[in-house]
Amino acid sequence: METVTPTNKKPMPGPERNEPEMEKIEVVSPWKDAYWQLKKNKLAMVGIFIIIFFIIVALIAPLLTPYAFNTISAGDRLSSPSAAHWFGTDDLGRDIFTRIVYGARISLMVGFFAVTGALVFGTFLGIIAGFFGRWIDMLISRIFDIMLAFPSILLAIAIVAILGPSLQNALIAIAIINIPIFGRLVRSKVISIRQEEYIMAAKAQGMKNGRILFHHVLPNSLAPIIVQATLGFGVAILEAAALGFLGLGAQAPTPEWGKMLSDSRQFIQSAPWTVLFPGISIMLVVLGFNMIGDGLRDALDPKMKN
Amino acid sequence: MSKPLLEVKKLKKYFDVTGGVFSRKVGDVKAVDDVSFDVYQGEVLGIVGESGCGKSTTGKALLRLIEPTEGQVLFEGKDITKMNPEEMRKMRRDMQIIFQDPYASLNPRHKVEKILGEPLLIHGIGDKAERKKKVKEILEIVGLRGEQAASYPHQFSGGQRQRIGIARALIVNPKLIVCDEPVSALDVSIQSQILNLMDDLQDKFGLTYVFIAHDLSVVKHISDRIGVMYLGRMVELTSNEQLYDEPLHPYTKSLLSSIPNPDPDIKKERMILEGDVPSPSNPPAGCAFHTRCPECMDICRSVRPEFQEVSVNHFVACHLYEVDGDNSDQEQ
Repeated sequence: METVTPTNKKPMPGPERNEPEMEKIEVVSPWKDAYWQLKKNKLAMVGIFIIIFFIIVALIAPLLTPYAFNTISAGDRLSSPSAAHWFGTDDLGRDIFTRIVYGARISLMVGFFAVTGALVFGTFLGIIAGFFGRWIDMLISRIFDIMLAFPSILLAIAIVAILGPSLQNALIAIAIINIPIFGRLVRSKVISIRQEEYIMAAKAQGMKNGRILFHHVLPNSLAPIIVQATLGFGVAILEAAALGFLGLGAQAPTPEWGKMLSDSRQFIQSAPWTVLFPGISIMLVVLGFNMIGDGLRDALDPKMKN
Repeated sequence: MSKPLLEVKKLKKYFDVTGGVFSRKVGDVKAVDDVSFDVYQGEVLGIVGESGCGKSTTGKALLRLIEPTEGQVLFEGKDITKMNPEEMRKMRRDMQIIFQDPYASLNPRHKVEKILGEPLLIHGIGDKAERKKKVKEILEIVGLRGEQAASYPHQFSGGQRQRIGIARALIVNPKLIVCDEPVSALDVSIQSQILNLMDDLQDKFGLTYVFIAHDLSVVKHISDRIGVMYLGRMVELTSNEQLYDEPLHPYTKSLLSSIPNPDPDIKKERMILEGDVPSPSNPPAGCAFHTRCPECMDICRSVRPEFQEVSVNHFVACHLYEVDGDNSDQEQ
C-alpha cells in the first residue's frame, strides 16, 4: 500500500482559516426575515390594509353612524342609497351601512374565536398524534378522517342542529369542523420535524421530551400553522355567513352579514343594494385574509425564497 | 493503551421491514449485526466502510439515539442500554456526538447562543452570566468570534456551522465524542481545517473519539486504531499502521487498493471487487463477504467467521486466519 501517506500526525495540508469572515454581524432572525419578505409582497400588504380597515371600522362602529342597527322605520323601507342612508335601507327600514359596520364586529369576532378554538384544540391533538405516534396517532387520525369525510358545512349544520341555532353555537360548530384541518397540518409537520437531525441532536444533548417538543419541534412547525390560521379566518367568516344565511347562525335582529343576505334575497331585483353591500363586505374580508395568508406562505416558506 | 472507556459487546440493530395492508413485519434489515469493539481512553477509533454498511447506525446506537436491538454498550463499566430515561439523560453529558450535516444539525430558529447554552442549561451548569461566558469561550476555542453568539446558523458557512456543532458537543466537557462523518459534507479545503481543529481539541481536552468516515485518507490521518465494517459487521480492527501496512481481510485489501494514486506513472495491482453489496435485509449465509471475495472457500458459504484476535491487537473476521482452524495453510 505504497500510495498511502505515512501516519505521523502532522496537520493536514490545507489553507489556514481562510473562511470568509463576516464584516459586521447583523442579527436577522428567521421571523424578521419573513416580515421583510412580507413587506415586499404588494398583494399581502393590500390584504393587511383591508383587514386593518375592517378592524378599525368594527372598533369605532358607533362613531361612524347616527343610527342604531336595529331601529325599524316603516317609512324608509327599501330606500335606495342616498346621503341619509349611504348603503340604502332594508325591508324594515334599517340603515344598511349601520348594519354592515356593526356586522364587521360579529364577523371578525366569529373568525377570531372559531380560528382560535380550532387552532388550540387542533394543535394540541396534532402534537400528541405526531409526537407519540402508535395507537394514539391512529385514534386521533381516524377521528380526523371521519370528520373530514363529511362536507364541512354539512357537519356544521348537524352540530348546530344538535346545539340549537344561535351565533354562539354556530361559532362552536365552525371551530369544531376546523379542528381536523389544523390537527392534520400540525401532525404532519411534527412528524417531519421529528426526523430532523437537530431534534436528534437535542436528544443527544440530554433534553427531555417536553423541552424538545416546545423549544425545538413547535417553533419549527409554526410557519404553516400561521398561514393556515390566516386562511382559516376567511373560511370561518364565510362559513358563519353560510350558517347565518341558512338561519342556523345569528338570529334576527343581529346584523350578521350572511343573515342580512338571506333576509333580503327576495328583494334582489327590486332593491339590489340590500344584498350587494353585505356580499361585498364578506368578499372583501375573506379576500383580505386570503391575500395575507398567501403572502405569509411565501414569506415563511424558505423554498420560495429567491 | 489504558483501560477501555467504552466497550461494545455484540451490538445489533435490526430495522423492521413492514409490508402488506396491515403493515405486518415481513423481515428486517440487519443494519448492525453483532459488532463488538472496545474504545480506550484518549484514543481515536476510526470506523470505515462504504455507504450503507451500518457505520452511522453503529455510532448512533452507541448513544442510544437509535435504540439497539440487542447487545451491550458499557461506558466506564456501566451498561447504558439498561439505563432508564432519566439516568440516560444525565449520562449524555459524558457522551456527545458531532453530526455529518452541519446544515441539518443546528436548529434554524435558535441563535448560536441558545444552541450552545442549552446543553449547559439542561445539565444545570452555571448561572446565566456564566453560561454566556462559557459560550463565548467555546466559540473562540473552535475558531469563531465570541460576538458571533448573537447570530443565527443560516448566517454561517458550512465549515463555520460544523465548528458550532463541535462547540456544542464540547461545551459540556464530555469524555467521549462520536463523530459521525463530521467532514464529509464539507469542501476539501475546509475538511483539513476541521480535522486539525478536532485533533487540537483532542490533545487539549483529552478527548476520546469514535470517528466514523468513508474517506480513507481522513480516517488514516486522525485515527489511532481503525475498524473496517462491511454489511453491518466489523471485519477487521487493528492499529492504524498495521491496517495500512498489513491488511488481512480481503475486503480491507480491496478497500485500500481503491485509494486513488496521485502519481499516474505508478502502475499498481488493483483489487477490483465484482458485483454489488448484498442487501442487508437478506445477507448471505456464512461470511457476509463471500459473494465477492476472491479467496472464497467452501466454509465461507456456510459458517460465519468469528471476529478474533489473530495477532496482538489485530482482530479479523475471516476463515483464512482462523487461529485454531486447519485452513492456516491457505494463508498467503
